[in-house]
Amino acid sequence: MDDTAVVPAPSRVEQIDSVVIRFAGDSGDGMQLTGDRFTAETASLGNDLATLPNFPAEIRAPQGTLPGVSSFQLHFADHDVLTPGDAPDVLVAMNPAALKANLSDLPRGKTIIVNTDEFTKRNLTKVGYTASPVEDGSLESWQVQPVPLTSLTVEALKEFGLSRKDSERSKNMFALGLLCWLYNRPTEGTERFLKTKFGRKPEILAANLAAFKAGWAFGETTEGFAVSYEIAPAPAPAGTYRNVTGNTALAYGLVAAGHRSGLPVVLGSYPITPASDILHALSGMKKFGVTTIQAEDEISAIGAALGASYGGAIGVTTTSGPGLALKSETIGLAVSLELPLVIVDVQRGGPSTGLPTKTEQSDLLQAMYGRNGESPVPVISPRSPADCFDAAIEAVRVAITYRTPVLLLSDGYLANGSEPWQLPSVASLPDLHVDFAPEPEPGAPAFRPYDRDPATLARPWAPPGTAGLEHRIGGIEKADGTGEISYDPDNHDKMVRLRQAKIDGIDVPDLAVDDPHGDADVLVIGWGSTFGPIAAGARDARKAGIHVATAHLRHLNPFPANTGDVLKRYRRVLIPEMNLGQLSLLLRGKYLVDARGYNQVRGLPFSSAEISAAITSLATQIEEGY
Amino acid sequence: MTTELGMPSVLSGLVGVPHLTADDPKQTRKNFTSDAEVRWCPGCGDYAILAAVQGFLPELGIRRENVVCVSGIGCSSRFPYYLDTYGLHSIHGRAPAIATGLVTARPDLNVWVITGDGDALSIGGNHLIHALRRNVNLTILLFNNRIYGLTKGQYSPTSEPGKITKSTPVGSVDTPFNPVSLALGAEATFVARTLDSDRKHLTSVLKQAVEHRGSALVEIYQNCPIFNDGAFDVLKDRDEAQARLIRLEHGEPIRFGVDGSQGVVRAADGTLEVADIDAAGLPNVLVHDAGNPNPATQFALSRLDDPTLSHVPLGVFRKVARPAYDDLVRAQVTGAVEANNGPATDDDLAALLAGKDTWTVTG
Ligand SMILES: Cc1ncc(C[n+]2csc(CCOP(=O)(O)OP(=O)(O)O)c2C)c(N)n1
Ligand code: SF4
Ligand SMILES: [Mg+2]
Repeated sequence: MDDTAVVPAPSRVEQIDSVVIRFAGDSGDGMQLTGDRFTAETASLGNDLATLPNFPAEIRAPQGTLPGVSSFQLHFADHDVLTPGDAPDVLVAMNPAALKANLSDLPRGKTIIVNTDEFTKRNLTKVGYTASPVEDGSLESWQVQPVPLTSLTVEALKEFGLSRKDSERSKNMFALGLLCWLYNRPTEGTERFLKTKFGRKPEILAANLAAFKAGWAFGETTEGFAVSYEIAPAPAPAGTYRNVTGNTALAYGLVAAGHRSGLPVVLGSYPITPASDILHALSGMKKFGVTTIQAEDEISAIGAALGASYGGAIGVTTTSGPGLALKSETIGLAVSLELPLVIVDVQRGGPSTGLPTKTEQSDLLQAMYGRNGESPVPVISPRSPADCFDAAIEAVRVAITYRTPVLLLSDGYLANGSEPWQLPSVASLPDLHVDFAPEPEPGAPAFRPYDRDPATLARPWAPPGTAGLEHRIGGIEKADGTGEISYDPDNHDKMVRLRQAKIDGIDVPDLAVDDPHGDADVLVIGWGSTFGPIAAGARDARKAGIHVATAHLRHLNPFPANTGDVLKRYRRVLIPEMNLGQLSLLLRGKYLVDARGYNQVRGLPFSSAEISAAITSLATQIEEGY
Repeated sequence: MTTELGMPSVLSGLVGVPHLTADDPKQTRKNFTSDAEVRWCPGCGDYAILAAVQGFLPELGIRRENVVCVSGIGCSSRFPYYLDTYGLHSIHGRAPAIATGLVTARPDLNVWVITGDGDALSIGGNHLIHALRRNVNLTILLFNNRIYGLTKGQYSPTSEPGKITKSTPVGSVDTPFNPVSLALGAEATFVARTLDSDRKHLTSVLKQAVEHRGSALVEIYQNCPIFNDGAFDVLKDRDEAQARLIRLEHGEPIRFGVDGSQGVVRAADGTLEVADIDAAGLPNVLVHDAGNPNPATQFALSRLDDPTLSHVPLGVFRKVARPAYDDLVRAQVTGAVEANNGPATDDDLAALLAGKDTWTVTG
């Protein structure tokens, strides 16, 4: 920082081990950007972290209203962070709507930094406040830091000759500067970021930099902020790290899989929240041989992907629940053609349009069964934002090894949430080399497109262009081996079973159990993004003396071979899900275990407190002999 | 914001597809005939189209393993099974979408889409118009029998109003599509119509279609003797045909009828109409211009064909040059690879993964 202009006040620095900050403002206030930047600075300090962006589906809901509130929560610590935090320690409220929408989440005694300039009569009325809560004593139970953020920003920028409106736009940078001071975050990254972003607009760049520095200086010189905080880096394995969101990691995983297989990646996609960012990212990966086709609808998108797979590429399609519904028939065709295909579903609240920007895990049964006929498809789900990278590579591996469509189930929380990611070395990534069917020797018997590899039951991948392998295939049932049309009853029975056996036989690692005491009665098992809350909830329960085991399913079809054994080892099985019990249904049906669901569909991830309370209640029931 | 695309020059439809060399044995119709037993009803117009295609493919001189036929669902969509090339019999209406992905990924393939009036215009209408506007390098054969054959005789989007079928016992109330008008409205660069029973005309249209780079839509009037028999009989009876069929030749005055006595002229209101040439005067007869970038007159020609088939233009309505979608998409990818000085290396991937903001933890 250029601190020659200010006289540093003697402020105290306190060490804390973790903090949860929520930035909240109007959709137009730039809260997502503010959160992203604060996160980047925090990541570069080596804290572990997790983030939860939360924004309305409308691009610009009416200004200053409750539906227009956008927020970004960040949890960072000097230790392993598993969730974006149950409740904020600090709420930055940029206007009355942001305060009103978020106050109920803020435990009493915590801090509110509030932009008093926006607490005008008009803005207060918009959200139903008759008097300003900052002045009428209703915030007594919290520590309120009133800051006239807007006017301070305008004041700081007066020499730039911008309109008042333009100056006000930089108030998020002022807030960011203030918070960076408060938590002793470095600032170089943000300065660099602004320089790249506004490199071609020098006035805007200068204004944003000045607002950012003014925010920092304000913290340093204002008596209201006597204390600033430091959070030491979290211990982490040696290596190079970056912060990454789930959608970015997933896109990178697909690129890496293409690179490691030597095959081109062809994405067919139709924009839909919260999956569109994968399309955006992959459209910029042309130098990696990635082709993107923005199709006219989801059916065309998966059609193009399947056509590309038929041609010997890695066909990928990305969507969310409503789009997956449209793709069902083509997934069925891919099952029948036995061609590789990766279908990414970034789940959101449903049914129908549902909650486009909120998270949910309610497409599991659609992924498993949402097709006509016996149509088994492997299902894989990442457990955290960074894990989207490995899960995407695994989805490609299964697709090209077994010649099958694979469903990769991410969700809105993973897609937009972020965490530090230890960069893998490229050489350590799986080798995904595959062979196409070779050109036959002259005089060889006719090509049999449905002969199977005895180990994997996969059929040959024979893209057009190889002389001697000309063959016709389609969605009509095919004769075992020859692939010719067959309506024979016994053949159909055999083919249905063969396709099922192929999926059932996919090699997936055994289910690992975390049971530190070794004598737990309760097993908590989850899938997808509930990994973090379950791990954090179990950690809390264990601290309270409860012996609990946890396990996480990355592969949902097929399940790991030892799943039944694991489930049967425990007296009670608890399955937290952001749906009404879809994994519960599968596990109960397949393994006849009396699994209990813990279910919520609020568009938000579980808090660790909710999970630990559910664990405690189940453990208590056992103790009491239920 | 837009950018200059640096359009690749417009090539022939078969550029990029490997051709036979002088050493290769000559291909014949037999090479393109598969072992599969043909299962259309006796007398189905599809037989004639198959025979024409099997006879014509060897003439192209391209390698058989680089020919792919993608179809949807319908009687017509069984077509790929009978050609000894690569073939993909897909799902109802989706062939253009699948073929778009295939041909974009594989510039060395000659890709055909085989579809019916229901497959292309009902369930697959969206994919068809988007393939046409993008100008994907595909030859699309639309078998129009004005009925759903495979599902045993319901009316289709090209059935004439009032048509009595199984699902319209007191007559269809739908207004039909004119596939040629639809294709012209969808920005197609090549649009033609031909007839199953006219082998010579069919072959000459197919030839032009394959040589066209971009989407070539060929509507083929096809008789379904089982569910819509005689739908085009008026075009097959010598005298009737003479009065109704208008054969379009690029650069020629549009004449038909006995001794070419009839012609297409511009009416006072700017539309087209049929007139006696003696009365109208030969210089007033419209000269067909398939290459006119403005499709207005080509569209007006397509409107001469009403559901009663009173005047049916046959031949190539439109053939204009526009870069193909798949060429443009590939040019962007190869351009990026070239700018990178070749395919991405491990280091390129590592740099991508690392991004701009990294930090290091030392053990
Ligand atoms: C999704 C779906 N809906 C309906 C069908 C039933 N179906 C098969 S073919 C067809 C109509 C075919 O008509 P057309 O495209 O004109 O082909 P034709 O049989 O006349 O050659 C229908 C409705 C299907 N196979 N798939
Ligand atoms: S039903 Fe009609 S279109 Fe289908 S095969 Fe028979 S004759 Fe041909
Ligand atoms: Mg038909």
